[in-house]
Amino acid sequence: MKKEWPVWEVFIRSKSGLDHRHVGSIHATDAKMAIENARDVYTRRQEGVSIWVVPSKEITASNPEENGELFEPAADKIYRHPTFYILPDELTHM
Amino acid sequence: MYLNNDPLEADFQAKIDKGQNIEAKDWMPEKYRKTHIRQISQHAHSEIVGMLPEGNWITRAPSLRRKVALLAKVQDEAGHGLYLYSAAETLGITRDELYDQLHSGKAKYSSIFNYPAVTWADMGAVGWLVDGAAIMNQVMLTRTSYGPYARAMVRICKEESFHQRQGYEIMLTLCNGTEVQKRMAQDALNRWWWPSLMMFGPRDAESPHTEQALKWKIKLKTNDELRQQFVDQTVSQAEILGITIPDPKLKWNEARGHYDFGDIDWEEFTQVVAGNGPCNRERLEARKSAWEKGAWVRDAALAYAEKQEQRSLKVAV
Repeated sequence: MKKEWPVWEVFIRSKSGLDHRHVGSIHATDAKMAIENARDVYTRRQEGVSIWVVPSKEITASNPEENGELFEPAADKIYRHPTFYILPDELTHM
Repeated sequence: MYLNNDPLEADFQAKIDKGQNIEAKDWMPEKYRKTHIRQISQHAHSEIVGMLPEGNWITRAPSLRRKVALLAKVQDEAGHGLYLYSAAETLGITRDELYDQLHSGKAKYSSIFNYPAVTWADMGAVGWLVDGAAIMNQVMLTRTSYGPYARAMVRICKEESFHQRQGYEIMLTLCNGTEVQKRMAQDALNRWWWPSLMMFGPRDAESPHTEQALKWKIKLKTNDELRQQFVDQTVSQAEILGITIPDPKLKWNEARGHYDFGDIDWEEFTQVVAGNGPCNRERLEARKSAWEKGAWVRDAALAYAEKQEQRSLKVAV
């Protein structure tokens, strides 16, 4: 045995109008085989109408240890939400 | 309340206590990681080895309807094994290492698959009881703390329900058939009942990891709780079939609100786990042989892909 087949991340669009969503991963030697294997493993019951595969090593992920710097600044900006603004009750359709 | 001096570990525990999931890149105690690798891979191996007793009956299924159902079930099990292997790989172990652990005997798989499937009724009993017991465990695991494992479980649970129903339908057909067919169903229940109860693992008193596993929400119910739940729900199912669960001590206990049941032969369980069950050697040999005989295919596919890539690079230059 030489070496392991590369890992691919699999994204499936369950029906048109919806985003592709990450469902798991698969091993395959190339992109075509990755799509075929993803079809067999993740869409046996019509779970998809479209498949994306991406080599796992090509994905850059944010580091959970930096979650504070990345995501906390949004926490105190409640003025970005519509409910921050105080308007009279009789105002409708806004 | 659990006290912990390590701030990272205290944070980790607080997240779990709040019902948050742990994801692959999050900090986790080494023991949490190791326990999960062990448990998820054991689960994956069980799906893969679980194909063997049933694969044996595909060519001998009594009708086309039964054959397509069994084929689909076995294919699902391959799929479930793959979902689980990919969940285990998020914890930093490779697929080859996982297979090595199975083939070398270092990793275990569910002891139930070391029993032979000798008649067609066994396909019914396995679906009804073995998948039934597995579902009980798996439904609990959809709420387990490790995200990739929990998500794999959600997908698996959606698919398992057909497995149990097709098994029960096989039993029902046999039980409504001739005397000989009904005896065949009873015989299968007799042989699969106790091993199915053993699937939930040792008694709580003898299960040293239970406390830690509950604290980390690796499991949410103990072995004994799940076993009791299984017995309680299965009794009426056997009554509908009109066959008898092979346990003279099985009796409704009004005070407990549960069925009492007889003693499990734990010596048999220990023996099967230790590798001395009726089919341990055969199962492992079948796995190893498939893996070794497939090596040239894996290598050839990889060599082909590499060659294609080299060619496309040359064209680009």
